[in-house]
Amino acid sequence: MKIVVDLNRCLSYGQCVFAAPNVFRFRGEQSLEYDYNPADELRIQVERAAAACPVRAISIGKDEHDDLDLTHRKGDYNEQ
Amino acid sequence: MTIWISLTGRETITSSKSVTTSFVSIDRVVIVGASLAGLRAAEALRDDGFTGHLTLIGNEPWEPYDRPPLSKSVLAGWLPIDHTTLPQLRDIQAEWILGVAAVGLDRQNHQVHLADGRLVDFDRLLIATGTRARPWVNQEEAALDGVFTLRTREDSSRLSTRLASGPKHVLVIGGGFTGSEVASVCRELGLPVTLAERGPTPLVGALGQAAGTVFAKWQRQYGVDLRCNVTVMALEGDTQGRLRRARLSDGDVLEIDVAVVALGAIRNVEWLHDAKLAADTRGVACDASCRAFDEDGMVTDDIFVAGDVARWPNPLYNGMLLSVEHWGNAVEQAKTAAHNMVCVPSERRPHKYLPAFWSNQFGVNIKSVGLPTIADEIVLTQGTAEERRFVAVYGQKGRIVAALAVNAPLLLPAYQALIEARAPFPPELYAADGPLKLRPVSAGFLPHGHTTHSPGAASTGPGPSTPEVQPIGKDADMLADPRIPLGPKSL
Repeated sequence: MKIVVDLNRCLSYGQCVFAAPNVFRFRGEQSLEYDYNPADELRIQVERAAAACPVRAISIGKDEHDDLDLTHRKGDYNEQ
Repeated sequence: MTIWISLTGRETITSSKSVTTSFVSIDRVVIVGASLAGLRAAEALRDDGFTGHLTLIGNEPWEPYDRPPLSKSVLAGWLPIDHTTLPQLRDIQAEWILGVAAVGLDRQNHQVHLADGRLVDFDRLLIATGTRARPWVNQEEAALDGVFTLRTREDSSRLSTRLASGPKHVLVIGGGFTGSEVASVCRELGLPVTLAERGPTPLVGALGQAAGTVFAKWQRQYGVDLRCNVTVMALEGDTQGRLRRARLSDGDVLEIDVAVVALGAIRNVEWLHDAKLAADTRGVACDASCRAFDEDGMVTDDIFVAGDVARWPNPLYNGMLLSVEHWGNAVEQAKTAAHNMVCVPSERRPHKYLPAFWSNQFGVNIKSVGLPTIADEIVLTQGTAEERRFVAVYGQKGRIVAALAVNAPLLLPAYQALIEARAPFPPELYAADGPLKLRPVSAGFLPHGHTTHSPGAASTGPGPSTPEVQPIGKDADMLADPRIPLGPKSL
């Protein structure tokens, strides 16, 4: 699954860290870090985290059965 | 569904030729730039009811990914590089052309030219090509093994691998946000790091010298060998082309095996060279509805701009055109541009973004709202630097224009309201954790071009046709070349 946190909106309440400690963490006292692409098994945790956020900073991507249609990709895909 | 927009409301007839321009259909929208702004614009277009053909063109081969973690959690080794992909927040039913750059814009024929020779037709175009990392000035030195820039996921992937391999000594060139974040990660990894900044403090471009002085102290406490008013004159390699040494303007010669060039960003406008738009190194000028201006200052109807590459008038700052390299601006401007691309003219809305950004470095969370770079004064209003938790407010001509919160994100929204209300500076807050007496000092921003990193957000002149203020003669050469020290005395 894919998520994104609006870190301008985030006020470091830390509710997400309690709800999904493998996805969200604080570095230092106030700096939130997170995994944009957590494992699907963590979906319930992540949904709880999003619901618990007092400022609604966490957005969860749509169901990804119909993920990016990459059939039109052209060009060079080599990473390094 | 096709969306019809009346341009003139009636047919016009000029002399013997009949010119029919009353209706233009919008069947094809093309977005050039498939990163944060491009993706959010695509989603907003569908939200706004656009059902025609939508094409996203990106020069990188990846689905849109987020860049802020590239200099933080990815570099530190906590977040794998392939875990930075941005979510799609709704179906966008788009054609993706990835790994191919746009190289030209033919406004006459409404076509985007791609690097592989293809032509892509559009009725509405969104320019969201963003920026790229400014490379090291000397190409031979830049090509040495061990010299890095940091903008793309490949950049971050390569640099994090190298940092994890335990280099002897890292040199960071440029003390803006990217450079400072890299230095912070190096210290967390236990690596010796030197940061060379041409200005008097790190972050001076974005936050000014007064605030930068605080960060300079923290960088040194963290073990960074911080050299301010110092430039890197030359990078030297061995016979195998591997980086070995750096010569600094303070006379020191450092034995290094990694150099991270963090000299700010260059706006990707070169592909618009022949399009006769108001595009230059400051970005592509557009009006408040995000419509691009042409080079004569006339607004276009079919070309829109969003994100880092845009330059637009902000009513909060007297209509001055702003260039803002902020995550939040990319998101908001993309939404506004998308809406205005497909709505009837009477429903267009202005882009009224209040600049805001964050950074995590040296164990602290830094957040800002407003536009610090136009300020003349700064005042501490809550907390203290000693307790590593404070808020400072920036003022310009007696009005609050920005606020900076360090390890105090909860306090920032109240200041945002003061900025939007253009409240008097210095503010009367009576905060329990505030100083007994407010003592404004000079904010300490340098003239344009004096820092070797990007200010992040800057005012860039009053109108689309306002020429770039270019220093001339000897000063121009000195400012353009990051190897030349300016120092407190030299200019």
